[in-house]
Amino acid sequence: MADAVVHLEGQQPSLRIHAHDARAAGATHAKGQQHPIKLYLVVWGWLFVLSTCSYLVDYFGLHGYLRWSLILLFMVLKAGLIVAVFMHMAWERLALTYAILLPPVLVLVFVAIMVLESDYTHLIRVISFALPT
Amino acid sequence: MAETALTNAGDSLERIEGWRGIAADWSSDQRAFKNVSWGKAMMWIFLLSDTFIFSCFLLSYMTARMSTTVPWPNPSEVFALTLGGQHIPLILIAIMTFVLISSSGTMAMAVNFGYRRDRAKTAVLMLITAALGATFVGMQAFEWTKLIMEGVRPWANPWGAAQFGSSFFMITGFHGTHVTFGVIFLIAIARKVWRGDFDVERRGFFTSRKGHYEIVEIMGLYWHFVDLVWVFIFAFFYLW
Repeated sequence: MADAVVHLEGQQPSLRIHAHDARAAGATHAKGQQHPIKLYLVVWGWLFVLSTCSYLVDYFGLHGYLRWSLILLFMVLKAGLIVAVFMHMAWERLALTYAILLPPVLVLVFVAIMVLESDYTHLIRVISFALPT
Repeated sequence: MAETALTNAGDSLERIEGWRGIAADWSSDQRAFKNVSWGKAMMWIFLLSDTFIFSCFLLSYMTARMSTTVPWPNPSEVFALTLGGQHIPLILIAIMTFVLISSSGTMAMAVNFGYRRDRAKTAVLMLITAALGATFVGMQAFEWTKLIMEGVRPWANPWGAAQFGSSFFMITGFHGTHVTFGVIFLIAIARKVWRGDFDVERRGFFTSRKGHYEIVEIMGLYWHFVDLVWVFIFAFFYLW
C-alpha cells in the first residue's frame, strides 16, 4: 500500500506545520496533503466573514468606486482562499500551479478587448438610436 | 484537532526552486506533473477549461450590460425577499452563498478524513456536502420560479434591459447544472467510501480499475470549483 497514514499526536500549531511543509516540500514532497482540520475550519470562518462583508456592501448601498473596489477585494480574497487551501494549490508543485493559474490571467486581455468593444457599441447605439426629443 | 494525516502523493522527487524547477519539470521526459497523479492533473485541466466557459458567459454578460442603452434592472431589488414583514435586499442569494461555502467546508474535511482512512466520517461529510448542494439547487429553483412568475423571460423583463433575463438564466442555469452533477457524483463516491471500496481495492463498475482515496480529493476539487465560480457570479452578477 502506497498510502501511509500517520497520526501525529500532540499540540502542534497548525501554522508551523504549514510553514515547515511548504519549506520542506522540495526535499520530502512525498508527504502530500497533510493538514490539520483546524486549518479548514479557520478558512471556513474567514469565507463566512468575507461573504458577510460583501453582502453588507450591498445592504448598506455603497456606491461608486468604493463599492466596486470592495466587491473585487472580497471576491479575490475568497477565491484565493478556496484555491490555495481548499483545493491545496498552495502545496502543489510549481509546474502544475503555474500551468493552471497563469492561463486564466489571460482572460483579463479578453476583458479589456470586450470593454473597448462594448464602449464602442454603446456609443454607436446612443448616436444612431437616439430618442427624438 | 492537532492530528494530521500523512498521504503519499507519489514518488519522492527532488524539486528545484522557482522558475528553474518549472522549466526542469516541463522539459523532462514523459511527465511534466511529476508527483501529481493523472487523475488529479486531468481534473485540474478540465477545471481550467470550465474556467474559460464561465469566463465567456460572464464576459458576454459584461458586454451586454455595458453596451445597452436601456437601464439594467437593479439586482438588489430584483432578488429582495420579504421575510417576517421585513423587506431585505438580496437575502436569498446571501443564504445560498453561505450554504455553498458551508458545503465547501464539509468537503474539505471529507478529503482530510479520507486520507486518514476514516470511512464513516468521510462518507457522512460527503453526504452532508451533497445535502447542502441539493439545498442550494432547491433555493435556486425557488428563485427561478419567483422570477418567472414575475415575468422575467430570456427575451424580456418588466424592469429594464432585456439581456438581464438571458444572462441570468444562462449563467445561473449553467452553474446550477454543475452543482446538480456534483451532488450526483458526491453521492456515488460517498457510497463507494461507505462500502469500503478503497480499502479492499474493489474494482470499479465501468473501468475495472482499483479506486483510491485520492478520488475524494479529486471530487473535492470539482466541488470547490463550483463554489469558486459562485464567488465570481455573486460578485459580478448579484452585487455589481
